[in-house]
Amino acid sequence: MSGILVLCEHSNGAFAATASELLGKAATLGGTVSAAVLGDAPAATLGGFGAAHVYVAAGDFTPHNGAAVTDALAAIIRQVDPDIVLAPASYVARDTFPRLTARFDGAMASDCSDLRVDAGKLVARRPTFAGRVEVDVTLQARPALATVRPNSFPRPDSNGESAEVTQVAWEATTPGVKVVEVLAPKTGGIELSTADRVVAGGRALKSAENFDSVMRALGEAMGAGVGASRAATDAGYAAHSEQIGQTGQAVSPSLYIAAGISGAIQHLAGMRTSKVIVAINKDPDAPIFQHATYGIVADLFDVVPALTEEFRKGQ
Amino acid sequence: MKIGVCAKVTVDADARIKVNPQGTGIALDGVKLGISDYDEYAVEESIRIKEAHGGEIVSFTVGATSDDKLLRGGVLALGVDRSVLITESPADPLGVATLLAASVRKEEVEVVLTGKSTIDEQNFQVGTMLAELLGWAHVTQVTALTFEGNAFTATRNMDAGVQQVVTGTLPAVISCEDGLNTVRYAKLPAIMKAKKKPMDKVTAADLGADAGDARLSQANMAPPAARPAGRIIEGDAATAARELIRLLRDEAKVL
Repeated sequence: MSGILVLCEHSNGAFAATASELLGKAATLGGTVSAAVLGDAPAATLGGFGAAHVYVAAGDFTPHNGAAVTDALAAIIRQVDPDIVLAPASYVARDTFPRLTARFDGAMASDCSDLRVDAGKLVARRPTFAGRVEVDVTLQARPALATVRPNSFPRPDSNGESAEVTQVAWEATTPGVKVVEVLAPKTGGIELSTADRVVAGGRALKSAENFDSVMRALGEAMGAGVGASRAATDAGYAAHSEQIGQTGQAVSPSLYIAAGISGAIQHLAGMRTSKVIVAINKDPDAPIFQHATYGIVADLFDVVPALTEEFRKGQ
Repeated sequence: MKIGVCAKVTVDADARIKVNPQGTGIALDGVKLGISDYDEYAVEESIRIKEAHGGEIVSFTVGATSDDKLLRGGVLALGVDRSVLITESPADPLGVATLLAASVRKEEVEVVLTGKSTIDEQNFQVGTMLAELLGWAHVTQVTALTFEGNAFTATRNMDAGVQQVVTGTLPAVISCEDGLNTVRYAKLPAIMKAKKKPMDKVTAADLGADAGDARLSQANMAPPAARPAGRIIEGDAATAARELIRLLRDEAKVL
């Protein structure tokens, strides 16, 4: 392997946890590890996680400007000429990596859960068919681009080293769209796909009011992202953007608490890789219990407020 | 407006699936197929755009084994005017996008609607690659869409529950998200009429296109490892809540 480039995302200069996660993983794959940073962030600090070199493209990438991200990353890829390009499975990467793959006539694997290099080629493990199967995808073309589900790998601590930083010039050529309004989330802004704790409610919540007073209250007490099953979002208890499952977001937190969710395949697809799953459901035969680390067979309206209370006390 | 819409024939979301003996994919014999769920939103949206603004809708499907009947019943009977079936099965999304781009250019559509991903492979790649190959703008994961002349306004779902409203001008590729619309079902007279609607079957050679060598190969497909059996926590709500927190802290060590 001659080189791995990692897109390190940041929010107003604070690197996402996926930056250390992916740099740490890249270091185990062999070859030189470089980082790509878009906009203003303390790029040199990425050396602490194993980036030998950081390539920075200046510009205005917030709110999300897919055309600018594509052109800036394309310039960095042209300069670095990596074998492999990694990014977290975020909206930004999902919106731009396929364009880059087409531009460089490379190969791409999306939403991967594991990575290895075999005979000089990137092999990505990824869930497919709604998480009902997993498959090894070998990327036969170069560059090999992959987006990785957050929380797939350990996150190393910084060793304090500093990386060499190079500014990369880029030119806007891709036709884009203009952001005219940003609609704030109801969830208090905890990013579901990268959250370390997620609580989710289902149809059994019965109303948007209950969803707010029961599930969002638990989420707030735990510092967790709040999601919902498709049944709950279709019923209007929570926003479509909060849906977890095959037709919504995929999450992989350390702790996932499902309340009043039966555990349809469609939902399991979005959360089955969570480390610890807690199921709270009145129905002892609910399929979710077959996937739960811990189960409580009871009415969520009794258990969830009691849990919220315990978490509040614990703070 | 001349509207293009992508419709992939996939394994039905509720179908029982089995890995093929080679471990490279799902065995397709006897499995229930359907139009990919997100592509159904795209088809519905194309019909709504035509209803509001007039025009013609052409659907694009890539797949050597794609079923004519499914395309007639699930696409043409709903209101799509014409279907183009590209009878090839490229091994990767960029190959699919390459064939689609050639066909879209030929048809001279102004906008292409796609699902945000297909429900089988869930790559989230083809629509965006298609935009790149065409040199068009794209918007992904769209939950609201309006047109005024050749200008459009779209709402897209981002991470963390954030949505953005964006504006752009055609041509563009728009990928459709759950919540964009509620799909209609075909009525019997429309199903009968759809039998006579044009369906063009074309090959890569007909399009003067080449999907290229396989950029991806698959192996070791298997169901995910079963989770170890869980434990049911007994007791009244307050007791169970306390016990759960103890287990999460001391046993699972996630608090």
